[in-house]
Amino acid sequence: MTDTLTPVLTAHWDEPDSFLLAGYRRTGGYRALPKALAMPPDDVIAILKESALRGRGGAGFPTGNKWAFIPQGDGKPHYLVVNADESEPGTCKDVPLMMANPQALIEGAIIAAYAIRCNRAFIYVRGEVLQVVRRLQQAVAEAYEAGYAGRDILRSGYDLDIVVHSGAGAYICGEETALLDSLEGYRGLPRLKPPFPAIAGLYASPTVVNNVESIASVPSIVLNGGDWFAGLGTGRSKGYGIFSLSGHVTTPGQFEAPLGITLRELLELAGGVRAGHRLKFWTPGGSSVPLLTDEHLDVPLDFESVMAAGSQLGTRALQIFDDTTCVVRAVLRWTEFYQHESCGKCTPCREGTYWMVRVLDRLEHGQGTDEDLDKLLDVCDNILGRAFCALGDGATSPITSSIQYFRDEYIEHQKRGGCPFDPAASTLLGPSGSAHTPGGGR
Amino acid sequence: MPFSDEALARLEPDMAEIIGRYPRPRSALMPLLHLMQSEEGYLSDDAIRLVAGRLGITETEVTAVASFYTLYKREPVGEYHVGVCTNTLCAIMGGDQILATLEDHLGVGPDEPTPDGKVSIEHVECNAACDYAPVVMVNWEFFDNQTPESAVALVDDLRAGRPVTPTRGPGRLCSWRQASRILAGFTDGQAADGPAAGPASLVGLRIAREQGWTAPPAPAEPGRTATEGASR
Repeated sequence: MTDTLTPVLTAHWDEPDSFLLAGYRRTGGYRALPKALAMPPDDVIAILKESALRGRGGAGFPTGNKWAFIPQGDGKPHYLVVNADESEPGTCKDVPLMMANPQALIEGAIIAAYAIRCNRAFIYVRGEVLQVVRRLQQAVAEAYEAGYAGRDILRSGYDLDIVVHSGAGAYICGEETALLDSLEGYRGLPRLKPPFPAIAGLYASPTVVNNVESIASVPSIVLNGGDWFAGLGTGRSKGYGIFSLSGHVTTPGQFEAPLGITLRELLELAGGVRAGHRLKFWTPGGSSVPLLTDEHLDVPLDFESVMAAGSQLGTRALQIFDDTTCVVRAVLRWTEFYQHESCGKCTPCREGTYWMVRVLDRLEHGQGTDEDLDKLLDVCDNILGRAFCALGDGATSPITSSIQYFRDEYIEHQKRGGCPFDPAASTLLGPSGSAHTPGGGR
Repeated sequence: MPFSDEALARLEPDMAEIIGRYPRPRSALMPLLHLMQSEEGYLSDDAIRLVAGRLGITETEVTAVASFYTLYKREPVGEYHVGVCTNTLCAIMGGDQILATLEDHLGVGPDEPTPDGKVSIEHVECNAACDYAPVVMVNWEFFDNQTPESAVALVDDLRAGRPVTPTRGPGRLCSWRQASRILAGFTDGQAADGPAAGPASLVGLRIAREQGWTAPPAPAEPGRTATEGASR
């Protein structure tokens, strides 16, 4: 019987030097790299395939398959790009991971780069997290000093250079092809696929783009074996993952568990929805996946089960909203975010998000009309599947799902001529305006 | 003001180092813009011209990139640039009230520095710290679990030059220009300062320790013992 929580990536975050090479090595770090370097690269890819690790950035594509798509003997340079641009609303796992355990990411990146036979790796980290940028820079510098990066790594003859590249504030750069354009020094606009990055990625060369948590999982998989990892989780959703609980829960925080844990179990660990209130709606994986409600407390949080429940596992960003929260206000704010972050390349997303904000603003303020909900759904229908990239698709998720579950609440705004909720009631601030809980501590 | 000869002489090795990190020079554009902000605090026309000349691209191409990303400022911001998260979760937990209170308290618009040049504010999108909501950033360091009162005290301290300490960051808060230099890839030696993790990051780990929960043990190395080797 597997334990409810299975700390691997998070296992040593409470040690004061967990982010330093010395701390990482003391707890078993950098034991996977020599093992990997002693194997042919294809054997490393085989271990990843055996583990059935699926990308932890939201889409869930099998990591080993992605690596295997890199053509070999093609005479072109290959690149590894780590997507550390964590910006999906609600998603807050990669940032604490890189702050407390950047070394696992660097060891994983070196192993991944070796497996796909590349000599240059880039870590594209969002710029708005300065201490994370410092810790990544330090972890890379320590890896060079220890001979884990640079020339002739551990006398294997393998060379790798690693560059930490700071972004500059653009959600769209979390989309892998927009990230590549940004890394090439352009505006971050998504590219048409195919060709996929495995064929024509950075500088039109074969490129693997992987999420931070995916790459950080690689050392434990290489060390313990693909079977070990695949022994955790459910059906086609193997292994462990970090689940992030935020919002109206007693003790928000990070929980590393096998895929398939339920929100009911996680809420129990987090002390439940905040006292005196009940769960109203939640996101299983960021704001770009459809909302779920208290009907879905027992849905196993794995790729297939969440899909069957009408949403997606996404980034396991569980934003919890209780009965004080106006769903129209929440959805309006997310839609304002998508409008702000739309890169403008394609018309459905650029124009659609603009108009949806206007309609939602009208609805939230009780100025909506009978046709507005149908209009919103119609605009969503014209974005979903017609936008250039997943940002546009994601923008429709909160709208369509909130109308599905809370149509009456939209209509109530119209009937009353305004929002029936008190925004002060949903804050963490007490009557005096001070926080009733410092948050976090247990 | 065009860059002085002294500034140009000082920036040139940094620019060369940045360009040297990449297989193609154009990839250096974003870190070069961060470097320019570390010099002037924002991207002046002279900075745009300098970067364009160094990379052999047009000023228009540089401006097109600079205007796409919100961290690049075309006008000076405060020595301490305060970002209040007003994406949905932080907004609902109190971020909207924090932003409104700060705007009222400081009397400045978005990105507009206070008359003393010390502080500017803007609303920011999700900063990946939702378990510490509501979140305020100063020069991209975390100030977790804020309230309107704590945020007002924070900006008052910044304006008065009193020391403030990020919740999860180094003991010494660096200036906007120093932060930009780190983003350009030049560390300030403060990586090891501050906690490895904040309390919310450790909630699950603490419960696992209390309960004795762990990941399954690694299988024994093949061949380590006869039985284990055979069982594989």
